[in-house]
Amino acid sequence: MLINAENMDFKTLNQKIRECGNECHIIGCCGQRFIGSGMNDKNIVIDGIAGNALGAYLNGANITLNSNAQDAVGDTMNEGTIIVHGSIGDAAGYAMRGGKIYIKGNAGYRAGIHMKEYKTKVPVMIIGGTAGSFLAEYQAGGTIIVLGINSNGKKIVGNFPCTGMHGGKMFLRGNAEDIVFPGNVCVKTADESELKQIEPEITKFCNIFGYDAKEILNSPYTIITPDSKNPYKQMYVAN
Amino acid sequence: MNIEGQIRIPSGCAIAAVISKEGKKMTGEKIIEAMKPMHDRSNGLGGGFTAYGIYPDYKDFYAFHMFFNDRSCRKNCEVFLKDRFEIIKSEIIPTRKIPSITDEPIIWRYFVTPLRSMLASYQIDENEFVARTVMKINSEMPGCYIFSSGKNMGAFKAVGYPEDVGVFYRLEEYKGYCWTAHGRYPTNTPGWWGGAHPFTLLDYSVVHNGEISSYDANRRFIEMFGYKCTLQTDTEVITYIMDYLIRRQKLSLKDAANVIAAPFWSTIASIKDEEEKERLKFLRTVFSSLLITGPFSIVFGFNGGLMALNDRLKLRSMVVGEKDDKVFIASEETAIRVMEPNAENIYAPSGGEAVIVKVKDGAI
Repeated sequence: MLINAENMDFKTLNQKIRECGNECHIIGCCGQRFIGSGMNDKNIVIDGIAGNALGAYLNGANITLNSNAQDAVGDTMNEGTIIVHGSIGDAAGYAMRGGKIYIKGNAGYRAGIHMKEYKTKVPVMIIGGTAGSFLAEYQAGGTIIVLGINSNGKKIVGNFPCTGMHGGKMFLRGNAEDIVFPGNVCVKTADESELKQIEPEITKFCNIFGYDAKEILNSPYTIITPDSKNPYKQMYVAN
Repeated sequence: MNIEGQIRIPSGCAIAAVISKEGKKMTGEKIIEAMKPMHDRSNGLGGGFTAYGIYPDYKDFYAFHMFFNDRSCRKNCEVFLKDRFEIIKSEIIPTRKIPSITDEPIIWRYFVTPLRSMLASYQIDENEFVARTVMKINSEMPGCYIFSSGKNMGAFKAVGYPEDVGVFYRLEEYKGYCWTAHGRYPTNTPGWWGGAHPFTLLDYSVVHNGEISSYDANRRFIEMFGYKCTLQTDTEVITYIMDYLIRRQKLSLKDAANVIAAPFWSTIASIKDEEEKERLKFLRTVFSSLLITGPFSIVFGFNGGLMALNDRLKLRSMVVGEKDDKVFIASEETAIRVMEPNAENIYAPSGGEAVIVKVKDGAI
């Protein structure tokens, strides 16, 4: 069902989405916040600019945004998929605990901050372009992948990535030699078995956005993981 | 009612700005529209705008925009002003009565020029004379507040949502080459007219989204140089810091940005260009008390241009876009798209990365 969101406030818009059945196409979106928040069993396609906290607490719905996204996409999302055919603002995937976010362009600051996982719930975020500073700050679980497509030789991750990281994994395409990591993480080239883990995700990413998966996979990847069971070692106390 | 200074106000907020590099004039309608999709970033306790190039007929005179609590405040203040300035024109700032804006003070506008005899006797230039007058009135004359004091520019602010404030001040009747706007979200105050953004001094204006952790350290330093932070809103001190660094210390905009949003020492240490490293070290060392910490995204306006800047950790959102001669800045991309649906080169500047836009020489 088509919903014209022009001049509609976010409460009304979410109400219309709830009422519209499983297939929902929003046009004329203009900064409404919380679109699709907490929803399940729906496919939501959005034209126009979605506001902050797109898909917050998402619980199984699939959201496709045909433009840039603003801040806090997928805040605390639990399940489902968010696809962004543009760039994304700050704090994408803030504390997400399940589901997947695919971003064609760049991510702002603090992407994946405090992402977590539990048993079978393992969130994944793939950033096609570059990520800003504080990527994966306090990451506690899940997988973050940065591909650096069209980065034109610039650093694919900003300053202070993985600060306070104590769980999960990060993969960066390339050797990441120009990126400075803190002492609480291990940085090494991903081996074959590790690459196998992310291959299906990268293939899906390439299918969505029309990239050649072979080409994107044909590169060294750097994997970053926390380096001990006590990641706060040396950070706060000397134990 | 408690006013600011008696009550602490942490704030959220929305900002937006547009400038024409060709100096082409725009009415206030577009920037008012831009604030609408960001409505939820404000809570109705403050909205305001700054417009540059709006008083071409009086461009050589300082335009004082003033709030007075009552008629006697105004009369007393006018006596004071007449001793120090030639008043070319004085008038009520035209407003609309609308239900969403109430309890307005007396809002007046004066076009003035300092008396030459006063400048000679104080041995200071006219900008310094005007700045001192603003400080004196705002700190020593209860019920009188100068909220705008530059040439060929003006601030317009009130308690209310920004889109209502724009209608209240009839901003569609003004034409400027640069506009900045603010919607306020103070969470812990009754709010008052003087506490709305922008905060200005001379032609410098600041709209700010954030909360300055270093406010008191900054205030103590800047008050040594004659600035008086009477409003105790954090944003006020940014305006005075920028005036101090740019007008009095004659720093470039870039240097001033590197003072208030200085890179971390570890970042400075990793810079390979020795000259650049020394420049940053120098600024951090000499002006250490003017480092602003805590979240901020600001648009700093001045005659002929503007600068947008995020705090070095980028704890607030800010997006920049362009189209033809215009540059757009806003807390959210949606505000830019409202002003210009086909805006190009949309990007979010990094923390501490100053975006400086100037109007072409001779275009104004």
